Amino acid sequence: MSAPVRTAPRPVLALPLIGWRRRPWRLVERNVLAYRRIWYIFLSGFLEPLLFLLSIGIGVGKLVGDLNVGGHLVPYRSFVAPGLLAIAAMTGSLLDTTFNFFVKMKYSHTYDAVLASPLSPRDVAVGEITWALIRGATYSGAFLLTMLAFGDLRSAWSIVALPGAVLIGFGFAGVGLAATTYMRSFVDFDYVNMAMIPLFLFSATFFPLSRYPAGLQAVIRFTPLYQGVVLERSLVLGDLHWTLLIHAAYLLAMGLLGLRVASKRIGLLLQP
Amino acid sequence: MTMPVVAARSLTKRFGAFVAVDGIDFEIAPGEAFGFLGPNGAGKTSTMRMIGCVSPRTSGELRVLGLDPAESGADIRGRIGVVPQEDNLDTELTVWDNLMIYGRYFDLPRADIRERAAELLEFVQLSDRRDSKVDPLSGGMKRRLTIARSLINRPEALLLDEPTTGLDPQARHLLWDRLYQLKRSGVTLVLTTHYMDEAEQLCDRLVIMDNAKIVAEGPPRKLIADSVTREVVEVRLPLDADTAFEAARLKRFGDRTEPLADRVLVYTDDGDATMHAAVDEGFGADSMFVRRASLEDVFLILTGRTLED
Repeated sequence: MSAPVRTAPRPVLALPLIGWRRRPWRLVERNVLAYRRIWYIFLSGFLEPLLFLLSIGIGVGKLVGDLNVGGHLVPYRSFVAPGLLAIAAMTGSLLDTTFNFFVKMKYSHTYDAVLASPLSPRDVAVGEITWALIRGATYSGAFLLTMLAFGDLRSAWSIVALPGAVLIGFGFAGVGLAATTYMRSFVDFDYVNMAMIPLFLFSATFFPLSRYPAGLQAVIRFTPLYQGVVLERSLVLGDLHWTLLIHAAYLLAMGLLGLRVASKRIGLLLQP
Repeated sequence: MTMPVVAARSLTKRFGAFVAVDGIDFEIAPGEAFGFLGPNGAGKTSTMRMIGCVSPRTSGELRVLGLDPAESGADIRGRIGVVPQEDNLDTELTVWDNLMIYGRYFDLPRADIRERAAELLEFVQLSDRRDSKVDPLSGGMKRRLTIARSLINRPEALLLDEPTTGLDPQARHLLWDRLYQLKRSGVTLVLTTHYMDEAEQLCDRLVIMDNAKIVAEGPPRKLIADSVTREVVEVRLPLDADTAFEAARLKRFGDRTEPLADRVLVYTDDGDATMHAAVDEGFGADSMFVRRASLEDVFLILTGRTLED
């Protein structure tokens, strides 16, 4: 019985030191293990955007008719689908970076155990965001295939819509993770909903920006989901312009800032 | 002399204005079982967290395995094991997956972890629960699984923060037995406890902490021999008795007395003689008995308070 615990006579540093690039992936592995047993919860994420596409894209689309986008007439379904894609990318990346992250940090003390290993607070932040992107990209990818089946991918640039969705996911995962480190209790998650619902409805997702009052248009141009909606809609409909780079840069900056704040806050909270 | 596993000089931890650890010095030798004994809030956990490289020191010097936690935290954490005060097993995973993923955090190859995990489950007597979730396990089982988890990377030193707090006596003894085996196999054990029996059982050497400071240091038997008499007569008094007054009356039967809430302790080298002398003189008490002096007495004499206060 003493065999498994004989540890003393071993050379110093026999354990290979983990490269910082590989460490965050251990947390991704951990989440794969956790979801392997509850795969149906993972799959349920496909459902929401699909239901929206069927009800609003097809149902409401029948009432609305065609829209003029960049000089082309497109069915309403084709107009709203990229908006729903952006929404799916946002919500998919927030699942494991907000509520679930909060539970693991505050109640299960999962990260206390993680941080007693060689992993650092930054590894935790990078790991959880990476996982969120993988999860979000799975949903976005499936939704893109659905769009393909409906004939809503009207440009070859649609291939870039998946990286675009990952970028949207990165922006929201970063900010979501950072914001969650400031949450004191479950009640505070009402703020997340309060922020998400207007973004969901008023980011030129369901109707073109030109239909909003001028003052509101100016505000919407600065909101985060709008960047993603414009990006995805332009790519999918082939309505390209160099300003798309600004939208992409906005999302990238949002993600990087979130990552930085989250790393710092996780350290402050769990390693005082 | 071999390099100490942990060396601290003027080690200090402050949280704002609150001083959790106030300039303590200690060294822990390889293979030693070293204890921090003290009441809750004495600074034991803060010290352990600094050693475990999950809490930066405010000032002073600290070396763990010869490295500075401020610079080599990840490297040090890779070579030690930690059993925290509160169980933080991954409740979303099974017993087996808890060990597998923890090994992965240390970047060990899966085949190695599988082999090691099977041995460790055997060692902590949980082999039959390998596919169970964590939540249904008893407190003692969770603790044992946490110990198994902490050993997955074959640590050179194991940090245990209050390893048996909240466990029933049977679970405690099983745990002590496992820790003994670890010690015999050469692992350095660093543990905190507020149980004097645990400290006496497990520790080769210990420090007594009180109010963020170290108040005494040495092997348990030596600490007792140096600051306390060999035996103690416990004199239990009626609830309404003035223990300070009774202590003064009892003084002449022993070397010194210590009044507590419901009893007086009389320190003496010959407990039986002291007790008989008091009875012969007609001293009235609810009960009297003789026991060996313990670390509890050392703490009481050094700080004027009991460990449970």
